[in-house]
Amino acid sequence: MSDQIIQMQQVSKWFGDFQVLKDVNLEVSSKQKIVVCGPSGSGKSTLIRCINRLEEHQKGKIIVDGTELTENTKNIEKIRAEVGMVFQQFNLFPHLSVVDNCALAPIWVKKMPKKKAEELAMEQLEQVHIVDQAKKFPGQLSGGQQQRAAIARALCMKPKIMLFDEPTSALDPEMIKEVLDVMVELAKGGMTMIVVTHEMGFAKEVADQMIFMDEGMIVEKASTKEFFANPKSDRTKLFLSQIL
Amino acid sequence: MIKNLNFLGKPNRDKLNLFISIGSTLFLLGIVDVTLNSFFEINITSFLPKWINYFTPILFGFLGLYYLRIDFSGNIRLDSLNKNINSNWFNSLLTLLIIFALIQNIPPLLNWLFFDANFVGETKEECTGSGACWIFIKIWFPRLIYGLYPNAEIWRINLSFILLIASVISLFYLPQKLKKYMIIFLLFIFPFIMINLISGGNFGLKWVETIAWGGLSLTFIISIFALIFCFPIGMFLALGRRSSTPVTRYSSIGFIEFWRGVPLITVLFMASVMFPMFLPDGTYMDKLVRVIIAITLFEAAYMAEVIRGGLQALPKGQYDAGKSLGMGYWKLHLLVILPQALKLVIPGIANTFLALVKDTPLILVVGLLELVGMIDMAKTNPDWLGFATEGYVFAGIIFWIICFSMSRYSQSLERKYKTDR
Amino acid sequence: MDIKDTTKSFIGFFEGNSKLKKYLPQVLIVAFIVFIFGYFAYNAQVNMDNRGIDFGLRFLGEEASFDIQFSLIEYSGASTYARAYLVGLLNTILVASIGIVFATILGVVIGISRLSPNYLISKVAEIYIELFRNIPLLLQLFFWYFAALRALPLPIEAINFFDVAYLSVKGLYVPKFIWTNFSVFLYSLVAAIVAIVFVFKYARNQQEQTGRQIPSFFISIGMIVLFPFLTFLVGGVSLNFEYPKLTQLSETIFNFIGGVSIIPELMALAAALSLYTATFIAECVRAGIMGVGKGQKEAAASLGLTPAQILKLVVMPQALRIIIPPTTNQYLNLTKNSSLAAAIAYPDIVLVFAGTAMMQTGRAIEIVSITMLTYLSLSIAISIFMNWYNKKIAIKEK
Repeated sequence: MSDQIIQMQQVSKWFGDFQVLKDVNLEVSSKQKIVVCGPSGSGKSTLIRCINRLEEHQKGKIIVDGTELTENTKNIEKIRAEVGMVFQQFNLFPHLSVVDNCALAPIWVKKMPKKKAEELAMEQLEQVHIVDQAKKFPGQLSGGQQQRAAIARALCMKPKIMLFDEPTSALDPEMIKEVLDVMVELAKGGMTMIVVTHEMGFAKEVADQMIFMDEGMIVEKASTKEFFANPKSDRTKLFLSQIL
Repeated sequence: MIKNLNFLGKPNRDKLNLFISIGSTLFLLGIVDVTLNSFFEINITSFLPKWINYFTPILFGFLGLYYLRIDFSGNIRLDSLNKNINSNWFNSLLTLLIIFALIQNIPPLLNWLFFDANFVGETKEECTGSGACWIFIKIWFPRLIYGLYPNAEIWRINLSFILLIASVISLFYLPQKLKKYMIIFLLFIFPFIMINLISGGNFGLKWVETIAWGGLSLTFIISIFALIFCFPIGMFLALGRRSSTPVTRYSSIGFIEFWRGVPLITVLFMASVMFPMFLPDGTYMDKLVRVIIAITLFEAAYMAEVIRGGLQALPKGQYDAGKSLGMGYWKLHLLVILPQALKLVIPGIANTFLALVKDTPLILVVGLLELVGMIDMAKTNPDWLGFATEGYVFAGIIFWIICFSMSRYSQSLERKYKTDR
Repeated sequence: MDIKDTTKSFIGFFEGNSKLKKYLPQVLIVAFIVFIFGYFAYNAQVNMDNRGIDFGLRFLGEEASFDIQFSLIEYSGASTYARAYLVGLLNTILVASIGIVFATILGVVIGISRLSPNYLISKVAEIYIELFRNIPLLLQLFFWYFAALRALPLPIEAINFFDVAYLSVKGLYVPKFIWTNFSVFLYSLVAAIVAIVFVFKYARNQQEQTGRQIPSFFISIGMIVLFPFLTFLVGGVSLNFEYPKLTQLSETIFNFIGGVSIIPELMALAAALSLYTATFIAECVRAGIMGVGKGQKEAAASLGLTPAQILKLVVMPQALRIIIPPTTNQYLNLTKNSSLAAAIAYPDIVLVFAGTAMMQTGRAIEIVSITMLTYLSLSIAISIFMNWYNKKIAIKEK
């Protein structure tokens, strides 16, 4: 139990009248890699966005690394410093160079001296293989480079958990691989990861657990092997047949 | 701190009805207090010291809204109301202030405009109420619309505008082939018809000098002429500014920047006082003509910049495609570039038209009396002194209706053309 | 048949000869411009000869012999036309500056309100914008000057602000500042500003070296209040006020003597300009804030930045890039619109110079040209600044 770094208990969320998460239960252990898949509108993005409070849940409990996620802002900021997020649209800051993008949070949140932050940034950029683009601006980079820079930016905060919200859906096909490769390396390095994606090849290679969501509920939760070999629910079978 | 005052506990959904009833009562109490204070001079909390007394409505309302601020009450209407106007104390304070300000000010305003106002009558003496004296507007109405144009000839102005409106409306219903001819008619032939009808002198119509033209009809006349001519001139300037030949480009830039850099009033002064010096001794160009030319050139410069924005926004591929099809400069621009560029900048063009209409009142500084100028004349008439407010409110309403409709129409045009792409 | 052929062959020759195509239009344009200017100049010369006026700027040194109602510098009927021009120019700058300050404050508030999730607030802002944007500025000006300000009470019953300032139909009267040792006060302000610059530099240095954040903003505010305050205690600076006093000028006429009077013309013009231009600035601000994508705020939040930090480091830099160019354009429009002063007799440069001075000297060409040149220089200066600013802060793209 104490190994569980994320606990979601009976979590429900409404957008106005529409219930987007219905009594979701989820446990994530440290160093676990989970892939969440499902049709669009199933609530998968909302699920992970609740973990770092980009969305607020109305019912249930979410506990991240021992701290409960409520409207208490101190807790929210504490949790956000330990949880990194990578977005579908990259969301790099266009007015800052790549290295400044990465160093921004360490300087202002962790109060790191500028030099140290920049060294840290260069280290992370090295890890994602774009250190030669460090001084460039996001507008001058390709999509794949931008997403890798976004990953480096999140890693600079030394998070314990990395959330990925459809990280390759906005990329041209030839750039998807470079980003997935970086994510695979990250997984091998022992990071706890929750990835919302359609890339089943990646899932098969990296995920410990597969989660299938539909209409706000977790329909099936299984180990990767089980999931692909023996999907239990009909909806899962239908989804897999459409995707694979 | 508030939590200490709150012996009922933080508003939550458990005791939903209790909180809703307390909250609503307090809130309504605040509103009633303000209403009684403002209109009936009754002060229900007069037993309190003066400085608290002043703020009691706000206190009531604020407490009321606090009790109504229940997180996740489950009542859909209450929740959406809370998220909207009651999400935190700052928001609820602003909401209260706005509601109270509306309660205090709207009824007196309506009183002045309608309930206490005088609509019936013929003379100043019949304006007895404390409200607006609309008799003033009623009596002066023909002058405000037609200026000093002789009453017997007003039918000519009416005829021109009826013709214009009929032609424009027909544009919507004509088949594609005939539309072209109607546009040519509107742009080239109609102006001549209008000039002849309104100024007369030919065809047995009595001559009416331009000094007598005035009022709202003059606003429209100037706007229409300036509109029709500033558009093509603006197009030429925009194209000229993008030309590759230095003389064309720099003279266009110089021309555009000159007109854009000076205020319209100085342009009007230039037209009315300075320009006659440039004409041979003895020749006289009608002041209205000079003013229309000045306004047209002025607006053409702004129009040129708007159109240039559209030309720049067009992807280079369009130019390439046209050229590779063998189109020369003019064919390329007339058939391919301009139609697309213009669609892109419809809001900009509409804005320039709107600015033109709003600029027309300035001509009163050079002695031409359009609507605002006529109101000035009316309000200084010895028989009708002291009705400046009514006059300006009336003019304001007229202009507002015109400008608001134009901007709404341009927004709908923009939406229509956006979906086309 | 002949003419048709000739025209066809001429056009063919023209189309075929690319050099001709390039140069002929330019030559024609130059010829046209030269012709027009020459024609105008010739006629102007003839007209002026007939009137006995000679073209020249020497009239600027002549005595103006007219009074100006409101002036920031010393001026009397014996001053020169050049000085009158200066008075008008200063008055224009004065009303434009006041207008710009208030329009900006109001515009930012309304622009932000427009984005509020509170329905009432955003609707009120929307109504304001639609109301004041669709009514001509001249009409709004007339309303304030002829209707609203005329409804103010006579000096006897003036609206009283704590017995130091009075608002009546004759204007707003405020106390006049009478300084002793004003220069000391001024130096203390300068010293405070210099100190603030150093504080900011030091704070940034500290952050780069050690990561420690110093609240330089609050320190600056403290200094700018403290330094001047000290000069009052020990620097021998003191401030006295000359209060406006209600005096009887004749049997029925009362007015305030003393203090500084802000004439209704200035108030009406500043009010109309501010309220009108605020609508456009509000739209610029709104576009700027909306132009920063939602994802930017989310990404910054997910990194752990506080709302204040997100605003300062991520949202404002991007929003300002969108806001500043059109807003500067609005400032320029406001300055040009201040020329409407001519319609209500506020002595700005148009009324004083292109109005009164021109009527007296009859030198239309020189005076209107100088006035237009003044505005033109201002526009061009702002354009150049804008171009430089845009190039400097442009977000680099591929």
